[in-house]
Amino acid sequence: MPKFESIDHLREYRRQLIAKRDPNQSQVLVCAGPGCLPMGSEEVAAAFREEFEKNGLGAKVLLKECGCHGLCAGAVRVLIRPQEITYQQVTPGDVPEIVEKTLKEGQVVERLVYEDLHTHEKAAYKGEIPFFKGQMPIVLRKLDVIDPTSLDDYLAMGGYRGLRKALLEMKPDDIIDAIDKSGLRGRGGGGFPTGRKWRICQDVEDEPKFIICNGDEGDPGAFMDRAVMEGDPHAVLEGMIIGAYAIGASKGYIYVRHEYPLAVSRLQLAIEQARESGFLGKNILRSGFDFDIKISRGAGAFVCGEETALIHSMEGNIGEPSPRPPYPAQSGLFGKPTVINNVETWANVPEIINLGADWYAAIGTEKSKGTKVFSLVGAVNQTGLVEVPMGTTLRQIVYDLGGGIKGDRDFKAVQTGGPSGGCIPAQFLDLPVDYDSLQSVGSIMGSGGMIVMDTTSCMVDVARYFINFLYEESCGKCTPCREGLKNLLFILDEIIHGRGSEEHLALMEELCGTMATASICGLGKSAVNPIRSTMKYFKDEYLAHIRDKKCHALVCRPLLKYTIDPETCTGCLACVRECPVGAISGKKKMAQELDQELCVKCGLCYEACQFEAVKVE
Amino acid sequence: MDLPRLETILSRYEGESWDLIPVLQDIQDSYSYLPKDELQVVSERLNVPLTQIYSVATFFKMFSLIPKGKHQIKVCLGTTCHLKGGGRVVESLSHRLGVEVGYTTKDMQFTLETVGCLGSCAQAPVMMVDDKYYGRSTVDKVPKILKLYK
Amino acid sequence: MVWKISDETAFDTLGEEVRLTINGIPIRAPQNQSLLVTARANGFEIPTLCYHRDLPSEGQCRLCVVEIGEHPHTQIVNSCTYPTSPGLVVQTHSEKVMQARRIVLELLLARTPKAKLIQELAAAHGVYESRFKTDDPEELCILCGLCVRTCREVVGVSAISMKGRTPDKQVATPFLEKSPACIGCGSCAFICPTNVIPYTEKNGVRTIWGRDFELQACTVCGNYIEPKYQLEHWAKITGDPVETFFVCKDCR
Ligand SMILES: Cc1cc2nc3c(=O)[nH]c(=O)nc-3n(C[C@H](O)[C@H](O)[C@H](O)COP(=O)(O)O)c2cc1C
Ligand code: SF4
Ligand code: FES
Repeated sequence: MPKFESIDHLREYRRQLIAKRDPNQSQVLVCAGPGCLPMGSEEVAAAFREEFEKNGLGAKVLLKECGCHGLCAGAVRVLIRPQEITYQQVTPGDVPEIVEKTLKEGQVVERLVYEDLHTHEKAAYKGEIPFFKGQMPIVLRKLDVIDPTSLDDYLAMGGYRGLRKALLEMKPDDIIDAIDKSGLRGRGGGGFPTGRKWRICQDVEDEPKFIICNGDEGDPGAFMDRAVMEGDPHAVLEGMIIGAYAIGASKGYIYVRHEYPLAVSRLQLAIEQARESGFLGKNILRSGFDFDIKISRGAGAFVCGEETALIHSMEGNIGEPSPRPPYPAQSGLFGKPTVINNVETWANVPEIINLGADWYAAIGTEKSKGTKVFSLVGAVNQTGLVEVPMGTTLRQIVYDLGGGIKGDRDFKAVQTGGPSGGCIPAQFLDLPVDYDSLQSVGSIMGSGGMIVMDTTSCMVDVARYFINFLYEESCGKCTPCREGLKNLLFILDEIIHGRGSEEHLALMEELCGTMATASICGLGKSAVNPIRSTMKYFKDEYLAHIRDKKCHALVCRPLLKYTIDPETCTGCLACVRECPVGAISGKKKMAQELDQELCVKCGLCYEACQFEAVKVE
Repeated sequence: MDLPRLETILSRYEGESWDLIPVLQDIQDSYSYLPKDELQVVSERLNVPLTQIYSVATFFKMFSLIPKGKHQIKVCLGTTCHLKGGGRVVESLSHRLGVEVGYTTKDMQFTLETVGCLGSCAQAPVMMVDDKYYGRSTVDKVPKILKLYK
Repeated sequence: MVWKISDETAFDTLGEEVRLTINGIPIRAPQNQSLLVTARANGFEIPTLCYHRDLPSEGQCRLCVVEIGEHPHTQIVNSCTYPTSPGLVVQTHSEKVMQARRIVLELLLARTPKAKLIQELAAAHGVYESRFKTDDPEELCILCGLCVRTCREVVGVSAISMKGRTPDKQVATPFLEKSPACIGCGSCAFICPTNVIPYTEKNGVRTIWGRDFELQACTVCGNYIEPKYQLEHWAKITGDPVETFFVCKDCR
């Protein structure tokens, strides 16, 4: 990799790079994204390597372990270019056949291709699959094309073109104007206009200035930022360099949560490559502009995603938020003006600069521009990462892209915005998704987690889950959040144990009112959303728990009763081995008995039984 | 106290107070906990009061003041994993290993922990042993996964 | 016992005078002065628990909340850190504010049912009983952080800090052991609004945070002054020989 001495040098290098590359180069892209990695991508890639070796294909076919392909439900995914054949549920055992049939003979391995759940039609090519057809990838565009460890791949896809344009053709003010005009709003949850934030920071007369990329991604159910950091790390860097040039920052930090070790190493490698090539460091591309980036690892605290807490922890303190103002853009890291933006926000920046503000502003709705990446998970058939224009309806996302609810059960709710968001019921399925519309129904965009729930989810349990999560993650600094969450959790536990009353509901309502207004930070303020939205749209479920002492979704344990059906029980003793309290007894090969007194209702027996002899009501 | 080991860690940083968390992370990774004597040295070198170190060490989830096991099991209890039975996976592990969440087995082999979200929600329930992710790790898969580390 | 420091610490960035209204009354105040100080200076009472004029405010207790802005775009903020700005409209006793204060006090009353100060403040807001849950009926700490801040910012030693998070947070010495940094000055116990920090003085020995401190007797009158450690600390920061502090105030 050369060190680029000038902008022309970069352009020339890119030209040659593209000329050298054969567009018809045969490539195998094994997804190593968040969805596929735990299902064995590494093993699949190793199998390909071995098979290439055996068949002497090593020089002919390019193997890449790349970022998320999107449709995680089919993990491990393999994409064959240039044909764009996409295989799913690939195991190392399938690899010889793929090599033989597809790579050598150019045929499709039918049994590994996507099959529509309803029509059973098969689709081998990426362009034919409805999940991909309905999307508009901007941020995710390069994920299934490039090798995230290759700067050349990034350059060949037009990488650092935005930076080139920014340095060559634009003044810092022009860049901020462009970001402003594009209508880009923060993707980290709040949706604050990015251009305005940059302007505030630029206007502060204080030096040095800092840039932070917030890669804490603590919302359970969200992995967009992880996919971007792991799959296209240079895009994040490029966005940050452009931002730094615009506001006049000399140093940047990427704060990554420590549960994402791969994101850390990919970003670290990208930073080193960028330094070597002259995109980072002194006198970037001979423009006279200096900027460097460092990685900060989180240490395990959800609240550190909050900007002031994040800054305190970067300074070596506990992650307690502080009241704003002052905002970080005025006084942030080490008391200096600091722009802090989310990973996805940064990744949008190079594209906006490269293709222009008008292009971006033409996408989306009136007040929410561009696209948004969602991690679509839960009870849908096709879980994965999707990127759609703002304003796409929930129905399109859940049914057209997500392929509807698993097992054809009924849709119950979709939870957006993580613990700060709410549960949106079926009546709002046609809601166009943008910042303002989600807020109007009591949820928030959040960072883009979208968890679909069907009738097997109990909404009281869901509310309790989030409150418990927040209770454990509350920093404990301010009274309403610290004491409020404790009491919300206590009340929900009472309800789940069948000891709830309707006064409890009123008390929660009242408590939420104060938490939402008087807490210091967004954690406490928005902690009320999961409660308020479920109480509003699923009041009947609360009442069933309170009045009838019943959890109709069969989730709230204390209200359940497990029994063993003597007719179906084969006496295999699988349940006996699982039961943590020894409540099940009986002779081998005979029907077992469950002692209700001892039973802690953990349901382990229910899961262990392969004959459905354990019943629950 | 293992001073050379600590020196190696400290030498990676410039000795500023804001290096505190990275230094503690390296100590945690290397020692599997934060030994008191080492923290005393860190306090002097980075010029950070011991109180602040203690606050930090008790605030963040990744730090522990007592030794952790050779393998760290993190079971995801993110929303999707919660809905798909992550809680049962925890119970099953806890039962099999004979430890409560947050504790280490007597033979110092395993520490059982839960985390907010591992970001592999599409494969819920997910668990992680050391740096390796395991998707769709339902209760019935638990014994198989454990076996790999025994 | 508490160090005398200047009242000006919080105000070093005050700007020009601005006009704002508090409860409908036009007020002039320096820009960036906290709303709390501004309101109090103009005779509007706002209750506080974690505020102290000699300490940087961190906004823990949330009792000092006020409502800013004009209907319908109002916002609840804590007045102890929120700065004045031109044209700001502030309500110190609106219904929203009072409701927030009542709930905050009711929560604290459940946390520390025996704390006198909380009982009184709650009663003053019409809260006599809490509908919330009490974990430990003996608990007295409201986690205002005044002691920690005093020790760090005013005394300058940092012998205590917050341990952990969530409602389990507690003020503690490192590793819950005797704090080596502690000089026994007792400032933390003195500033604590609910008198939680155990502090005794007997036979020339002061006991605080589980540590005994031998008190220095005045070389003139023989009355006990302060712990030796504390006098040494004074000597260190003033640069005077430690013996200068062995004479009590009255005999100097
Ligand atoms: C409790 C809490 C957690 C947050 N977590 C994150 C996070 O994980 N990632 C993120 O980008 N922003 C998070 N935020 C929002 C940040 O405070 C901040 O607004 C954001 O990083 C700004 O970037 P943006 O303008 O690009 O969205 C969180 C906020 C709160 C209150
Ligand atoms: S709202 Fe919660 S998390 Fe935020 S400062 Fe208050 S206690 Fe801490
Ligand atoms: S006095 Fe302002 S929050 Fe406590």
